[in-house]
Formats: sequence, C-alpha cells, structure tokens
Amino acid sequence: MALLFAFFAYIINNAVLNLQALGKTFSFDFLQEPASYDINQTLIEYTSRSSHARAMLVGILNTALVAFCGVILATVLGFILGVIRLSNNWLASRIVYVFIEFTRNVPVLLHILLIHGIMVHFLPLPKQAISVGDALFLSNRGVYAPRPEFLDGFGFTVAAFGIAVIAALVFRRWAKKVQEDTGKIYPVFLICTGVIIGLPLIVFLISGSPLVWEMPKMGRFNLQGGVMMLPEFLALWLALSFYTSAFIAEIVRSGIMAINKGQWEAAGALGIRRNRVLQLVIIPQALRVIIPPLASQYLNLTKNSSLAIAIGYMDIVATIGGITLMQTGKEMETMIIVLLIYLSFSLVISAFMNWYNKRIALVER
Amino acid sequence: MTPGLVNAYEPGEHPDWPAPSSVKGPMHWIKTNLFGSVTNTLLTLLTIYLLYKIIPAMVDWMFIDAAYTGTSRKDCEAQASGACWAFIGTRLQLFIYGFYPEAERWRVNLTAVLLVVALAPVLYDNVPHRGKALIFTVLYPLIAGVLLVGGIFGLEYVATDQFGGLMLNVIIGVTGIAFSLPIGICLALGRQSHLPVLRIVCVAFIEFIRGVPLITLLFVAAVMLSYFVPPGTNFDLLVRMLIMVTLFASGYMAEVIRGGLQAIPKGQYEAADSMGLKYWQSMRLIILPQALKIAIPGIVNTFIALYKDTTLVIVIGRLDILGIGRSSLADSKWQGLSTEVYVFVAIFFFISCFLMSRYSLYLEKKLHTGH
Repeated sequence: MALLFAFFAYIINNAVLNLQALGKTFSFDFLQEPASYDINQTLIEYTSRSSHARAMLVGILNTALVAFCGVILATVLGFILGVIRLSNNWLASRIVYVFIEFTRNVPVLLHILLIHGIMVHFLPLPKQAISVGDALFLSNRGVYAPRPEFLDGFGFTVAAFGIAVIAALVFRRWAKKVQEDTGKIYPVFLICTGVIIGLPLIVFLISGSPLVWEMPKMGRFNLQGGVMMLPEFLALWLALSFYTSAFIAEIVRSGIMAINKGQWEAAGALGIRRNRVLQLVIIPQALRVIIPPLASQYLNLTKNSSLAIAIGYMDIVATIGGITLMQTGKEMETMIIVLLIYLSFSLVISAFMNWYNKRIALVER
Repeated sequence: MTPGLVNAYEPGEHPDWPAPSSVKGPMHWIKTNLFGSVTNTLLTLLTIYLLYKIIPAMVDWMFIDAAYTGTSRKDCEAQASGACWAFIGTRLQLFIYGFYPEAERWRVNLTAVLLVVALAPVLYDNVPHRGKALIFTVLYPLIAGVLLVGGIFGLEYVATDQFGGLMLNVIIGVTGIAFSLPIGICLALGRQSHLPVLRIVCVAFIEFIRGVPLITLLFVAAVMLSYFVPPGTNFDLLVRMLIMVTLFASGYMAEVIRGGLQAIPKGQYEAADSMGLKYWQSMRLIILPQALKIAIPGIVNTFIALYKDTTLVIVIGRLDILGIGRSSLADSKWQGLSTEVYVFVAIFFFISCFLMSRYSLYLEKKLHTGH
C-alpha cells in the first residue's frame, strides 16, 4: 500500500517538475479565452470568437447527438436483425448471419472510413444532387431534408397531443382494471394509438394546418434551405449503428433463446395466439437477459463515437482534445477534461440502464 | 390404393417405402423453410430481390470486371471498370512491413515464424515436447523485441517509428493479449479481495478504463504520459502505446474473469480452504482453472476487440495496415481508390477475427466436461 502511495507521489512530483521545466502552469483559465476556430456542425450558437468553453460545449452536444441517434437506430436495427436471425425462414436467417459476422469482425474505424469514403466519392456534387421526391437531396456535401417551420397556433396541436397521451394512459389503466375485475378485454393498443394520432390530427386540421415544410432548393451554387446533415455525421451515425446493431442482434437472439421452450408451449396451451405469446410471455422474460449486455453496447457506441476525429466530425475529442489542445498547449488540462466528460457520459448511461434493469427485473417473492 | 394390392405382400414382408414428398425431401424443405406463411413468403421474395440486386454487382466489381495489373489508376481504368487490385498488389510489401528497411525484412519474417512456434503449444496441447516449448513461449517477447529493434548481436538498429502496416497491428495485438491476461487476472482477484484499499484501487482502475474510449488513452500516451516520468527521460512512443493498450485490455479482461470467478460455487472456495491450501495455491489449483474455462468466450471476445482496436493507432499518427492504405491514397497516380483499400483491409480483418472466434468455439467444445 505504501508502495502505491509512493508511486503516485513520485509521478505527481515528476509532473510538477516537468511542467516547471517547460514553464507551463496548471490552470483552466484558457477555457475563457476565444477559441478562434470554426466548427462545421453546431447545435448552439457558436462563432470563432466564442470561448474554448463554448467550443467544448458544442463538442459535448455533437457527441451526445451522434450517440443518441446511434443508440436508437442500432437498437431498432439490432432487434429486427435478431428476430430475423431466429425466424424459420432459412434464407433470411442465413443472410442476416452473414451480415452480422461480417459487420462485427471488421474494425469500427474501417466501417466509418468506408461509409464516409463512399459518401464523399460516389455521391454527386450538390449541383447534380440526387433528389428523392424533390424533398430529400443526396450530395457529397451532405444530405438536405425539409425543415419543419411552426406557425402560430401549432401550440394547440402540441396541447392536444399531451391531452391524448394522458387520456390514453388513463384509459389503459381503466381497461386493465376492467380486465382484472371482469375478464373483458378491450383492444387497448388500437384505441390508444387511435387517440394519440387522431386527436392531434383533428386539432391540427381545425386550427388551419399551422405547419410549413421548408424545402431545400437548388440555389445558384449550392442547395439552400432545409436541414443539412453533414456526410461526416451521417457516416459516423450509420457506421456506429450498423456495427453496434450486429452485436445487439446477437444479444437479442441469445436472450430469446435463453427462454425455456416450455414457456412457448405453456402459453400455447393457454390458447394465446403466437404473435401475442412473443409480446406477453417471451419478450418480458428475454428483456431481463438482454438489458445488461445491451447497456454495455450503448456504452461502447458512445465511446466509439470518439472515432469521429478520423473523419473530421467535431465531437468532444476533436474540439477540446484536438484543436484546443494544439492551440493552447495545455495537454494535461484538456486531456483531464475529455476523460472526465467520457466518464460522466458512461456513468449517466449505466445509471439509466441500471434503473431500467431494476424496474423490469424479476420480483422474487 | 386399389383393393387388389392390399394383400399383394405376405404379412411382415411389406417393404419400407420412402416417406411421401409432402413431409420429406427438398420440396417439403423449401415449402416449410421458405414459403411457410404469407410473411415468410414475402420475406423470402424480398431477400431474393435484394440478393439479385447486390450479389451480381458485387461479384462483377470485385472479380469479373476488376483489373489485376497496371502501374497507375489510368492503367486499371483502361482495362476494366471494376476494382483496381493492381494498387493493392504493387503496395503489398508496404501493407505488410510498413517502412521497415527492405534489407532487414527477413527479421520480421523470422519473428512471425517464431510467433507461430511460440503460439503452437499454447493453442494446442498435443504438441510434442510441450513443456520445453512453453519455456520458449515465455521467452518469446524478449526474443521478438531484440529481433525487431536490433542494436545488439550485430543486428542493425531499426527505430520503432519505421514499424508499420500489418506488422504493427500484430505487434500491438499480441503484446496486448499476452500481457493483459495476467494483469486482468490480478485485477479481478484484487476486486474480490477482502482488503478494502486494494479492492477500491482495483475497482477505480477498472471503472476508469472501461469508462473512457481507447483513443483518449492513446492521446494520453502520446501527449501526457511523458509528463509523469522523471525529467530528461524519453521513452519510445511505441512502448507508451503498448502500455496503454495493455492496460486498456486488462480492464476489460478483469471484468470477464470476474464473471468467471463469480460463477464458481462458494463450496469450491470452502473445499479448497478445508484442504489447507493457501490463498494462492487454492487460486492456482482450484478456482482459476474453473473460472478461466467459464470465461473463455469472453476472453476471446476481448482479444478480438483488442485486435480490431489496434487500427486506432492512426489517430496518433502511426500507420498500421489501415493507415498505410489511407496514406497511399494520397499518391496522385492512384487517387480515388479508397473503396479498394478499405475492402481489402476489411476482408483481411474479417478472416483473422473469424478464425479467432472459430478457435474459441473449438476450445469451448474441447473443455466442455459437463454432461
């Protein structure tokens, strides 16, 4: 133990001596200085006159954005692939097997570079952008999509949506009570979906459709208007999602296979239809097996998003750990900040997944 | 069946006829496995359509319409409109050895051959003279280091920044794998220890390593680690990278092994205690052999992940096989061939990682002693 403390004291002493020798001080004052570099994708207001701290915040948001989108796409794709892998359609399950094996045995960095390369080299210039229904434009500078613009009165639709959700929840609780008391089953899912979609739609139409889509248009040199997604963001998002979905598919498969065959047979013996068996009996049990490894895949995806630096997506490593570090020469401070930010990302995700895991865990009596 | 045929056979003489084609045979197989229900049929048709769209185009690009010879991209384009494999062919040496001096490349080859010799007794247990061979395996890292770097025994000194290509991937991968296993075991045991300080240090280390991405650790190795050594000392970037990669892998290894340790019933620990074994004896003889066996799939997965992660060294400016490919694209003669390079590297990684995962399946089967 004493050895360990001696070791720490020794390396800290070394660091102090080295910093002194280089004439550097250990302080975080540089965060207030102007960053004087541009960032190609900013979710908040940012100019090159903004401070390093602001640049750091932009980086954090960019990392969070790609991680969030990636987690959602990877989960959806992973569940679909995992279920197809188990289906009794031989051809589809083989194809998915090949996809999974190929995807997870190739480094994620290669996926990112490959997809980015394809986007930059094979998509046309913005001038000849491929248009999908005159709404979506694919070009090597990015993908342009229509942007929603909310006019006055859209608030009514939002309010109607909120009321519909609450009404659906109340109805669900009431239907469950009725089912427990009398055994009468209402088509809860259909009615809830109907209410949640229908009510806001009616209000939307009555209040005079207060929503306009701003379409991207072909300008003189470039596409203008709409939302532009950078090829860097798209490549990173798609590559991380594909890569992680292959792992999630295997997790889902093993989770479903871990459920005893007797559960299928028991549910069948009770007369539950096959597609309801999956929903009512198998998935709730499989989730318990699936959630813990799924959480670590989410963590991996978030950490892998740091590879953004290889294609120039400005995430946290590229902003504060890259350009800021180069400009200010504050290796120690910037690296400590980056490490702490990733640690807190990891802690937040694992705290959330632990909470969810506890909620669905088997309550043993 | 006609009534006249019913008594055509003596009792007990009726031949065994094959099952009707509606329950057996290829037609039945196709019917149940591909067109069992409406959704199934739709799925099959969709898959066939996708295959029809993708496979011919891919085969065409990769093989039929590909150019295998030539000295520039123009040559390739003159021959065929598909892939330009001549690019990979002319640079194969670079892909394998990086910038290692040409006259000294026999040393890399020798190291690779010796690696196979060193690995054989670890991977298969029916190797002749296994005991002696294992001593060689233990000494191997030292021999490999001397061979590759040189500077003594009349071998010419080769600076480590000339290492590159596939060679660099293998060096980092093998070092990480070899050293992370023992460190991981120590960390896992430390995490289960009764000494609170030791436990806290191990937990903090493991959680820290697992909480940050490898590339930030590589950045730390590149820009920050030199602050923590005595002033004036300067140690090699490759060594710093190897240390970081090893520490990174051991954090993950520790968790995998902890899983194995937790799967061992308490009775095994108690039985070892009641035999009068000391802590290390009981670990070495009873607990670890069982725990490691359970942890094999996880250990191999960690190895595969580490091996794939060796490509990340390009973010701190070292050119591994992927980095070499990427930097070759800057050559004006060959510009715009990124797909070829990435496909080549992807196939290479796929083959090596797939073989590793197959080996893990083989090992699991071999060690499966249950019923």
